[in-house]
Amino acid sequence: MNKINRSDIEAAAKLSRIELDSKNINSITEDFGSILNFVEIIQKAETGGVAPTSQVTGLNDVWRDDEVVKSEVEPRVLIDSAPETLDGYVKVKKVL
Amino acid sequence: MMEDLNYLTISRAHDLLKMKKITAQDLVKFYIDKIKKNNPKIKAVITISEKDALKKAKFIDSKISEGKEIGVLEGIPYTAKEMFMTKGVKTTAASKILNDYVAPYSATSIKKLEEHGAILIAKVNQDEFAHGGSTENSGYHPTHNPWDLDRVPGGSSGGSAAAVAADFGIFSLGTDTGGSIRQPAAYCGVTGLKPSYGAVSRYGVVSMASSFDCIGPIARNAEDAQIVFDAIKGLDSKDSTTVGYDFSNSNDETNAIYYQVGNILDEEISKHKIEGINIAQKEPVEKLGITNEALAAYYVLVPSEISSNLERYDGIRYGESSQKASNLSETYFKTRGEFFGTEVKRRNLIGSYALSAGYYDAYYKKAMQVRTIVKEKVDKVLEKYDVIIVPTTTEPAFKIGSKSDPIEMYKTDLLTVFVNLAGVPSVSIPFGIDEDTNLPLGLQIIGKQGDDLKILEIAKKIQSLTKYHERVEGITL
Repeated sequence: MNKINRSDIEAAAKLSRIELDSKNINSITEDFGSILNFVEIIQKAETGGVAPTSQVTGLNDVWRDDEVVKSEVEPRVLIDSAPETLDGYVKVKKVL
Repeated sequence: MMEDLNYLTISRAHDLLKMKKITAQDLVKFYIDKIKKNNPKIKAVITISEKDALKKAKFIDSKISEGKEIGVLEGIPYTAKEMFMTKGVKTTAASKILNDYVAPYSATSIKKLEEHGAILIAKVNQDEFAHGGSTENSGYHPTHNPWDLDRVPGGSSGGSAAAVAADFGIFSLGTDTGGSIRQPAAYCGVTGLKPSYGAVSRYGVVSMASSFDCIGPIARNAEDAQIVFDAIKGLDSKDSTTVGYDFSNSNDETNAIYYQVGNILDEEISKHKIEGINIAQKEPVEKLGITNEALAAYYVLVPSEISSNLERYDGIRYGESSQKASNLSETYFKTRGEFFGTEVKRRNLIGSYALSAGYYDAYYKKAMQVRTIVKEKVDKVLEKYDVIIVPTTTEPAFKIGSKSDPIEMYKTDLLTVFVNLAGVPSVSIPFGIDEDTNLPLGLQIIGKQGDDLKILEIAKKIQSLTKYHERVEGITL
């Protein structure tokens, strides 16, 4: 059985950059333990010498010609998608 | 209108257009009226694109009246899951974080359908960011199953499957990461194709788990699914994971292995002898020996990929941003805390946990190794047999609110997930009727990577005999 406590959830939330209220933390703490127990089956699998699979296409090093391809989207339009902009730049809150 | 336009297939609608029995504008109006009338009950549709659809229909009508040839998809109204970026029409992924987001360009698959003249009439509901199996996790509202409004349509492409079952357009585009096209197709009595991984470009589709995500049609029958698949498949320079499969097909007799799940559909399978399909072996699905392992590995790998892919919702570049943040770090934390739903938060956290120092080897790496074992096992079975036949789900559509435990929800993908781990194609067709509820059930036909046309051919053969795909009595509208 996996013992998951609030501090584990708070640590994972911090890594995920997600603010959780205490109600969220409680319910996720509860679910988290049961999800980890559920995925525990994989620990029983005999994986000695088995290479990990991260993709199934069989492709590697897919190249294209080193040529400039004009985007169909104007940079202006992309910048305008931002919640806050100033003089054609994306505006962010102060870092510190 | 003289013609009965209910439950048209692509080829039937195409014939009516060609014979000038109807106009493309009639067709668009017919579906949009139907959506307006019945969507309050089904809640499959999020946004209707009426003006643009009518404009496109008008163009096609003028082409027809000038006596020009039209392609089979020209003037065919369809819907697309909220995951698909559609220039000019809102794309929310059913998440509050993309509440008013309008994409600046369209997904490759949407563009290809547009080039073929198909007409997007609406965007449809789903689980938020496709995280779920019932469409109850939508950031907006649950969708109801047209066969029984108290039940879920399945998910995550629940809006797409419900839209086809409710006749809100002739087909729909969905996405399938662990069963999200096939499971709702089974629950709603329609046909859904999860192509081979890499057969259809993912460009412009909101990413969930990039090494799993597949794009495919949900349609009235396998023939329609094939028409749509033909239009959207192929290499795309904008998605370097697209694969140039040789989609050749042969008409040789097919040797199938049928995996039994309890006794679901057993009787149905023995009842129908389908010419050209030989069920060479029949055994319990437990003998395949990987479904539980695949599901467990999936719920490590997919949240891991999610936690990486969803980093992009930062409250800065697009989408919603918290008004309560006072510095950069708070912008991230508060935006994601306020606008992500519970399941999305849960999966992000599991992914971060599985990828974090100290747990990576035990969870992520181990799950990738299990993926290898699953893929090798599936490929080995498919060396011996041309196709695997197995029910799509272990039960028909369940009641809304009945699976509040996340594990119970995850288990609805038990018979679909291993297919995504292996990257092979699978089509789910309506097959049999659940005795207790009178609800549709689904059957999967799974082939080798690149055998998409082969499994569709088999599905067509079965549908030429069984007619379950034509059943509409029982749909409560």
